[in-house]
Amino acid sequence: MSPAVPGPGELRGARRDVPATAVRGAAAVAGATACVWTLGQGVVRPGTALAFGLLIAAGELLRCGPGRRRAPLAAAGSTAYALLGGVGGVGGGVAQTVAVVLVSALAGAAPSAAPGRAAGPAPSTRPAGPARSAVAGVPERTGMFLDRPVRRALTAGFAAVCVETLHPGANPAVWSGRGPVQALFLLGVALLTAQGDALLRAVLDRRRAGRPLGALLREGWRTPPGAGPAAHAAGALLALATATVGLWALPAFCLPLLPGVYAARRFEAARATGRQTAVSLARATELAGCVPAGHPHRVASLSRAVGRELGLSARELDLVEDAALTHDIGRLSLPDPAHGGGEPLPAEERRRIARLGGAVVRQSGAGAEIAAVVERQADRRRDQPLPARIIRAVDAYDELVDGGAPAGPETLDRLRRSAGDALEPRVVDALARVLALRGTAP
Amino acid sequence: MRVVPRGALGHHRRAVRGFRLCCVLGVLCLLCLLCAFCGLRGTDAAGATAVGSLFPGAATPWAAVALLAVLHALCGSLTRQPLPGPPAEPAGGLHAIGGAGTPVLLAGAFLLPPAAAALVPVAGALADPGPPARRLGRAARLSLATWTAAHVHASATGLVTGAAPGGAGWPQALAPALAAALAHGLVLGLLDVGLFAAAGRTPPCAGWRGAARALAAPLPLTGVYGLGAATAEALWHSPYGPGTAVLALLPACASGWALARHHRERAAQRAAVGALVQAVGLKDGYTRGHSERVGDASVLIGRELGLTGDRLEALRRAGTLHDVGKLGVPTRLLRKDGPLTPEERRVVELHPEYGDAMVRGIGFLEETRAAILHHHERLDGGGYPSGLSGDKIPEVARVIAVADAFDAMTSTRSYRRARPVPEAVAELRRCCGSQFDPRMVRALSRALERHGWRPGPPGEAPVVPGGHAGDQERGGNVPPAAPGTPPARVPSARPTGPHAAAPHASLPGATSVPTPTPGPPPASVPATGAEPQAPEPQAPEPRAPGPDAPGPDAPAHGVPSPGTPSPGRAGPDDAAPPGAGHPARGPRGGDGR
Repeated sequence: MSPAVPGPGELRGARRDVPATAVRGAAAVAGATACVWTLGQGVVRPGTALAFGLLIAAGELLRCGPGRRRAPLAAAGSTAYALLGGVGGVGGGVAQTVAVVLVSALAGAAPSAAPGRAAGPAPSTRPAGPARSAVAGVPERTGMFLDRPVRRALTAGFAAVCVETLHPGANPAVWSGRGPVQALFLLGVALLTAQGDALLRAVLDRRRAGRPLGALLREGWRTPPGAGPAAHAAGALLALATATVGLWALPAFCLPLLPGVYAARRFEAARATGRQTAVSLARATELAGCVPAGHPHRVASLSRAVGRELGLSARELDLVEDAALTHDIGRLSLPDPAHGGGEPLPAEERRRIARLGGAVVRQSGAGAEIAAVVERQADRRRDQPLPARIIRAVDAYDELVDGGAPAGPETLDRLRRSAGDALEPRVVDALARVLALRGTAP
Repeated sequence: MRVVPRGALGHHRRAVRGFRLCCVLGVLCLLCLLCAFCGLRGTDAAGATAVGSLFPGAATPWAAVALLAVLHALCGSLTRQPLPGPPAEPAGGLHAIGGAGTPVLLAGAFLLPPAAAALVPVAGALADPGPPARRLGRAARLSLATWTAAHVHASATGLVTGAAPGGAGWPQALAPALAAALAHGLVLGLLDVGLFAAAGRTPPCAGWRGAARALAAPLPLTGVYGLGAATAEALWHSPYGPGTAVLALLPACASGWALARHHRERAAQRAAVGALVQAVGLKDGYTRGHSERVGDASVLIGRELGLTGDRLEALRRAGTLHDVGKLGVPTRLLRKDGPLTPEERRVVELHPEYGDAMVRGIGFLEETRAAILHHHERLDGGGYPSGLSGDKIPEVARVIAVADAFDAMTSTRSYRRARPVPEAVAELRRCCGSQFDPRMVRALSRALERHGWRPGPPGEAPVVPGGHAGDQERGGNVPPAAPGTPPARVPSARPTGPHAAAPHASLPGATSVPTPTPGPPPASVPATGAEPQAPEPQAPEPRAPGPDAPGPDAPAHGVPSPGTPSPGRAGPDDAAPPGAGHPARGPRGGDGR
């Protein structure tokens, strides 16, 4: 990642995010036009529109996935409604498609925008969102809930335009009649729609994630493997089923998906539980005075920035951040909190503490990888994985700063001189760049 | 199998194998019969011949059978793949709902003649890992269920429309699909119950009601998958071709696959609680076993109060985590030997608030916060941190307070030995109204009469011979009442009949108390006048070395307590005896921990 791309901290309140604003504006204009047009012309096949609208709204409520950002049922429903025009022309046209999808997606997203739930739905199963956001300095914006309807409406409009222009009536040369080829065509359109959806998601999320567009796009396609395309392809199948057996296909097709959504939510909750436990343990080290107040969060945020500087992937960045949050848990075993002015612990003792902390993290279910990093933070450099080296360097720097040293490059130089080869030079260089970018402010 | 864990077949392997063999034979016989029928009804009369009766009739769509069989096998292998992500749990409920392949099997049952449908699951089941007998058993079980479903579907379709299978329009076609799916689930469940009956075991579904519940539990899910399979069937017959039907089955299969693994959440929550307790254990070794026992005692009380299910589980968590705030108290104070200064005591008394602060961010522990924050309140308003009184104290916190005090009194510490259960209960009764909620104390006493109690492992011998517990230790973490209260115990007055060797394992008068601790026979106990608080000499270890290396718990009574965790009893904790009444011990009178 080039240093020119600012971190999330700097982005807030800075220049406006032009592509995202353009996308939102386009969606607003298109949506308003479509609604006016549809109301003027009258709704075609109101029963179908109502059924799919209900499906999309329900799907928006039943979100799952990391940060509850995925709504597979809503994606499938909106794509299916858009593609209905391609199977026997039971759809309602492009304008009505956009209008129905936009309105129902807005209705489904409204509860999550209610006051008090802006940061994320369902506090009891709230995923890593708030904790991670607080750490990384990326607040969940209240207006974020508008982005999903924007995406839904634009992608549905895209799919509808595709099938309407290539409809047998409009373009008989493409194929003739119903059949497997038509099914293939719809699947192709659905997959194309999925790519468009990923692109829109990347554009809209770019600013919040603080990462370049290309990296976001690649990640969107990679993780989780094919969830987006699968949802849109399911939409194509739903359209085919609706054309075959009528609106009964909606419950028959979507009810079997509910157990999966439920399971995905539970799985996310399990992951979130592990993480929340880690954060809570980090809070315990502060409460107990084992570490200076704010130390775990400072180390976590700085380690994440250094990891980004070193070009780690989003998954590795999460790993670094979680491990940094929990890296001092082992210190709970010390009879006397030793930090600040206290003399540094001998290496053996540090290693023992690291092992104890790692054991607790392992037990917490936050992940064996995190536990391994915590365990190895005090080892010799050549035995350490890269995340452990990052945390080691940032931890040492933060301890110096907390001991009264001025934050900035001169302290870093002191660190470089005193630590010898215990610290990875590459990591320290990255830390220097991050500090230079942030200015001297901690 | 559905309810048979892998290792559960040990004892009755022979019976189980016999039952499986019967299953296999039965399925083969049925297949033969059915093939004959298919052949007869089919266009080709050759199906009725002896050789032809082994195959599902000449009109069978073999390509469809092969396609669905491959799909089912793929679903099976997908289920065996490890899930990406942190908590790696062994897959327990592999076949919890017939596996991820259930929609495929149902689609087969809807699309194919029964004999052909019975062949769909065979390949996948045989490809499963495991000994050949087990694989054969699985194949037979699934075959039988699919065959039944196909038959039910065919006859129900005939009933609904009077037409041939596949001819019913929607939504009429949904009824046969649902009926067939329910039949599928029922047959699977019945086979499992039969398996257990054959093996002479009834662990997961004791009694008729349990069996009925085990049978009924997966039925809604199977019904839902039946809807998915019906959609696939409709697409199969549509002009879009069987390919779309196969694709339409995939989301339902993925859904089932994900569901088969969602039990990870419970595991993650257990792990989280375990990690917090373990972290407290880093600082103060005694707390871990104590926490778990307080959780158990809270559940005992909660059951008496009529709590069930999730609320009971939340109560257990609250009990287990009630002292998690000790993480915020400096270790030096937790392990301190002498009496605490008022200043230090104030710091220690912050631990409920620390606990609340720690648990705040953990979603599933949200409901334990009130209990953790208020478990040191007294009914008369003299407790901390808020000085709440009476009904203003949350009910959960009142439960935890009683459980905490009870366990603190009945477990042995480095500076005093455990008190017997009856005595502890009497002490709790004495403090009803002022400190404890009488309702909770009564509930605890009832529960103890019913279930008995396994106290903490006998720890170290008392530091002071003959040292007995003062009334203040009833407070678990409660600050002492007026010092110098005479101990509420008259050594010779206690009924010391031949109750179990751990003198506090049962209540006097509760003759039929099942003692969970398999202690030595009563004969090994001095029968009468035994002074159970006399220090047994075989455990002279005054203090465990430290929380990181928990010393082995020296059995003070010579009673091993199997199954109980053995925390290193390092350092004094919550229930410090009052210094005034017991000058010889005199540690930290009522430090309020």
